[in-house]
Amino acid sequence: MRPLPVGEHGLLIELDSAEEVEALHAELLRRAADGALPPVREIVPAARTVLLDGLADPRGLIAELAAWDIPPLTAGDRPAVEIPVRYDGPDLADVAALWDVTPEEVVRRHSATEFHVAFCGFAPGFGYLTGLPEPLHVPRRDTPRTKVPVGSVALAGPYTGVYPRSSPGGWQLIGTTDTVLWDPRREPAALLTPGTRVRFVPQETA
Amino acid sequence: MTDRAFSVVRAGALTTVQDLGRPGHAHLGVPRAGALDEPAHRLANRLVGNPESAATLETTLTGCALRVRTATTVAVTGAPCPVTVDGRPAPWGAPVRVPAGAVLDAGPATHGLRSHLAFAGGIDTEPVLGSRAADLLSGLGPDPLTDGAVLPLGDPHGPPATADAVPHTGPATELLLPFLPGPRDAWFTDAGLHTLATGRFRVSPASNRIGLRTQGPPLERARTGELPSEGMPLGALQVPPDGLPVLFLHDHPTTGGYPVIGVVPERYLAPAAQAVPGTPVRFLRMR
Repeated sequence: MRPLPVGEHGLLIELDSAEEVEALHAELLRRAADGALPPVREIVPAARTVLLDGLADPRGLIAELAAWDIPPLTAGDRPAVEIPVRYDGPDLADVAALWDVTPEEVVRRHSATEFHVAFCGFAPGFGYLTGLPEPLHVPRRDTPRTKVPVGSVALAGPYTGVYPRSSPGGWQLIGTTDTVLWDPRREPAALLTPGTRVRFVPQETA
Repeated sequence: MTDRAFSVVRAGALTTVQDLGRPGHAHLGVPRAGALDEPAHRLANRLVGNPESAATLETTLTGCALRVRTATTVAVTGAPCPVTVDGRPAPWGAPVRVPAGAVLDAGPATHGLRSHLAFAGGIDTEPVLGSRAADLLSGLGPDPLTDGAVLPLGDPHGPPATADAVPHTGPATELLLPFLPGPRDAWFTDAGLHTLATGRFRVSPASNRIGLRTQGPPLERARTGELPSEGMPLGALQVPPDGLPVLFLHDHPTTGGYPVIGVVPERYLAPAAQAVPGTPVRFLRMR
């Protein structure tokens, strides 16, 4: 755990793995809920780091962190969010070629994987979902699409994601879902928040 | 809609509804948003008797003009500009009583970039995650103003505050941005950090509410390659592969993959919101 100062009121805590990031994030949320964390405006988990911003005394927290005992992440008692998917994406065949399997096998492997949301970013409600083993990581498209339809289920690098709204994007599109990922009138507005477990359930394509 | 509203006569180059933004949602990918010149936003609200959290209009360079449906107290702050009510000159930086049906015009900025218009009662559009701020990166909040649009106003809160003197910085001949190195200053050579602290930069015309882009000498990297995506604070000096620092303003993305060489504390950001393209920029290392 390496804390790096971020301006006057921030701290970026760098860790060795995505698992350690999730464990620290869970511990930070636990302590915040127990009132055992100094007031902080933002807690932003990401690939290898957690950013804490809006701290009155970041140095004080650095000193405290060293003494923390952070339990490893457990499977969690919240049920997984299930996202029905039509595996009809324009890049399904390309992903099958990259994985060296049939498109049906892509569907089987993707829907058999238990994902969880490592962090959010890119757009409100866009979760970076980890879970695919390393041999199944795929590169981004050489040329990003100017418009990726809302609900597109996509792969890039170690991540799976679902586009909460139509936007440009370079990820490999393997399917679509009607599930609403982002609704500001809902609490929470984002269906996928950091730590949420996710399963994709294949649906018949029309 | 009630009579407490105004219609947009001249939307200007870019006029948005802003307040103090929606902090606390960065982990969901939601930018802070909110007024770029926060002191100007707060002052405009005080001048019309609003709480500082009430929504105001933020203009860009060319101002805007509005017709109020009922008599309304309005104040214009931020970038100084000619203010008129039905064509007659009115004060900038002071409460102005605008009669029902009259047009308030906040003209082009005489210097600076962004003016703030506060209306007694505040702009009463639907809040999203507790804020009425327009977020141009993720499209949350009200759309930028268009000619003919009608926006609702809230009920006035109380009598306008009296102000003896309105703080107002003179025309900036140079933008000074103090920064604290980190968290990724180690991705740059000593020469790169020296370039940042001593180089002659200018505000790029490609700047917007997401970031103040700069033109100048590129910063030399010690490490190549991509950084895994990490959280980005307001005021971050992110350095993309072209080596030119981008100062992250309120609509910045919440995570990003380019290294942040330093962070400008929030209290120094308001002048950045008022720096027109071409303004010389100097970065001052704070330690």
